Amino acid sequence: MSALKIKKGSSKHSAYNLRPQFSDVQETHTLAVIVDNEPGVLARVIGLFSGRGYNIDSLTVAEVDHTGHTSRITIVTTGTPQVIEQIKAQLGRIVPVHEVHDLTVEGPSVERELALLKVEGEGDKRVEALRLADIFRANAVDSTHRSFVFEITGAPEKIDAFADLMRPLGLVEMARTGVAAMSRGL
Amino acid sequence: MVVQALRDQGVDVVFGYPGGAVLPIYDEVFQQNDIRHILVRHEQGAVHAAEGYARSTGKPGVVLVTSGPGATNAVTGMTDALMDSIPLVVLTGQVPTFMIGTDAFQEADTVGITRPCTKHNWLVSDTKHLSDTLHQAFHVATSGRPGPVLIDIPKDVQFASAEYTPPQKARTHHYQPQVKGDIEGITDLVAAIEKARRPVFYTGGGVINSGPAASQLLRELVEATGIPVTSTLMGLGAYPASGKHWLGMLGMHGLYEANMAMHGCDLMINIGARFDDRITGRLDAFSPDSTKAHIDIDPSSINKVIKTDIPIVGDIAHVLEDVLKVWKSRGRKVNAEAIAKWREKIAEWRRVECLKFTQEGPTIKPQYALERLEALTRGHDRYICTEVGQHQMWAAQYMGFEDPNRWMTSGGLGTMGYGFPASIGVQMAHPEALVINVAGEASWLMNMQEMGTAVQYRLPVKQFILNNERLGMVRQWQELLHGERYSSSWSEALPDFVKLAEAFGAKGILCRDPADLDDAIMEMLDHDGPVIFDCLVEKHENCFPMIPSGEPHNKMLLGEASTKDAIKEGGAVLV
Repeated sequence: MSALKIKKGSSKHSAYNLRPQFSDVQETHTLAVIVDNEPGVLARVIGLFSGRGYNIDSLTVAEVDHTGHTSRITIVTTGTPQVIEQIKAQLGRIVPVHEVHDLTVEGPSVERELALLKVEGEGDKRVEALRLADIFRANAVDSTHRSFVFEITGAPEKIDAFADLMRPLGLVEMARTGVAAMSRGL
Repeated sequence: MVVQALRDQGVDVVFGYPGGAVLPIYDEVFQQNDIRHILVRHEQGAVHAAEGYARSTGKPGVVLVTSGPGATNAVTGMTDALMDSIPLVVLTGQVPTFMIGTDAFQEADTVGITRPCTKHNWLVSDTKHLSDTLHQAFHVATSGRPGPVLIDIPKDVQFASAEYTPPQKARTHHYQPQVKGDIEGITDLVAAIEKARRPVFYTGGGVINSGPAASQLLRELVEATGIPVTSTLMGLGAYPASGKHWLGMLGMHGLYEANMAMHGCDLMINIGARFDDRITGRLDAFSPDSTKAHIDIDPSSINKVIKTDIPIVGDIAHVLEDVLKVWKSRGRKVNAEAIAKWREKIAEWRRVECLKFTQEGPTIKPQYALERLEALTRGHDRYICTEVGQHQMWAAQYMGFEDPNRWMTSGGLGTMGYGFPASIGVQMAHPEALVINVAGEASWLMNMQEMGTAVQYRLPVKQFILNNERLGMVRQWQELLHGERYSSSWSEALPDFVKLAEAFGAKGILCRDPADLDDAIMEMLDHDGPVIFDCLVEKHENCFPMIPSGEPHNKMLLGEASTKDAIKEGGAVLV
């Protein structure tokens, strides 16, 4: 797993040794789950969340180690501290799951998401959209006389902010990848 | 190849039902003598029989069924095994790989359907992975917290040949759960034991699953410390019912002294139990003044519903061994004076005699029937199965279990129809033993077709049916919380069980008079073959003690007099 630059051993400790106070404060956590890239593994993870009534705010998955046949699933979830602990323990129980990392408690991490936004408009609105895209470092990846498709990468909040600004300027369609996340440093 | 892999995994019995998509495997089964195949009459029966086999031997049970309906009929049994942590390997046939997804005859998305009701499952798409997958399946089913696994094998994969991988050469699986407990937690637990004034052991099915060594170590620890011990339904037999520190079963229909001890203790040591809702009752009033230690092999059991002060993840036998070692090395200390007082308090609760009943009049009380069954079979090499309902709770209350693996019941899922096929599986594993299924007539009818299996294989299983012509537990709940409106909770058009037995070529016994009961039970025991014992019992008997839904342990109902308005509005919505 060293190729993935993930701290070792943290999943074990988060699941086994934390002694949470049961509180009803809702927290949002980002989890990185390393799984065998085998058929049905994503269905197992999603089935766990729906079957036990946990929330999924965002989920991304892709193979990250072709030779080792492992994929990385990044899940953003919301729940009380006890529920978050349960989610991690339940994920750890799935047979093809190798590691579960709670990036939110394991120290600082970076989160990035990619979004495509289609903005329709003419005249001033169109100029303003282009100007704002420049400020947000979004690229126009498709353009017609009446529309742009912008590509933007960043933390989810940045994408939210950009979308909010685009909405009055003619935002007609949006596609988001969901969050990919990684801890900072080694 | 499948048969070879099963043989190499030490399998001697397979429970199953053939069909188009598993014919190649059945053809192999036909051509050998090492593995016996037991033809059930319904796939659900095969899975429960395998559960009975597994539970009574500690070995994984093996099931072989066909695709589509064969697989879907097995779903209830697998869910049952998942809830009760029973190791099973279920092999299902599947339509050929090139037909998957075409809505072929008897096609079902078996791995999709069974994903939430197995510990893990596989669809084998290439014969070269088949033997490896089979070996992995046994590893996953039996290691860590045991559970059912399923392997879906398309028919073309069964027909094709490939090189066989023996178990020694199989790929080692990354799934290797922690078995040794953290020494830090163990030391914390020992320190807590040394100081505790009112400690109690709360043991569960995990002790049984961990193997005979775990039960032995538990007994040693209990005897050495003098700490009283109670158990969940699933854990009965880990500590002997005749043991001097035995409190009886706890929970919704547990004994008064056991539940009061749980409520009043200052140290609760949970060994392989999971704070199930049948045990805890109202969570915010559950054992309010205790430090809670929890030993479990499954990290997700810890802090799931009850906050644990001393969590220890590991296999029970390994952890108990270390606990004993550390406790001894620190000088075998307990607060003997306080524990003696605690035991006096428990003796006081015991004097309530919560299981007391009076057998009078011309009708057999179900409690009396079980008391007599217990008395007349106590010395036997005995295995008891049950169905689900009042009779199950009475059996747990009135029968004594001296050893682990002798008590087969559906705890977590509460599957009516479990007991009869389970008794068949137990008898297969222990041909010489006395195997009794304590049943209610309604539960028993759910899998009565297995009578054919019992007769075919000459399995002398005793079906002890407490017949109250009611769905007793449903009726009890309707009485207590639905204004005595008995909606669909009686059994009409019941068969004549004696004639039914005879129709299958077995023996039937009817008993309605308390005076005849002993002789009738002896007649059942003396008969060398399957028996249906139709014991007509009091129709409106309720099962007590009972913790009403939504109430804590110290608010138990002990008898008829205490039931009026016992369940409050909030409790009525709970199950």
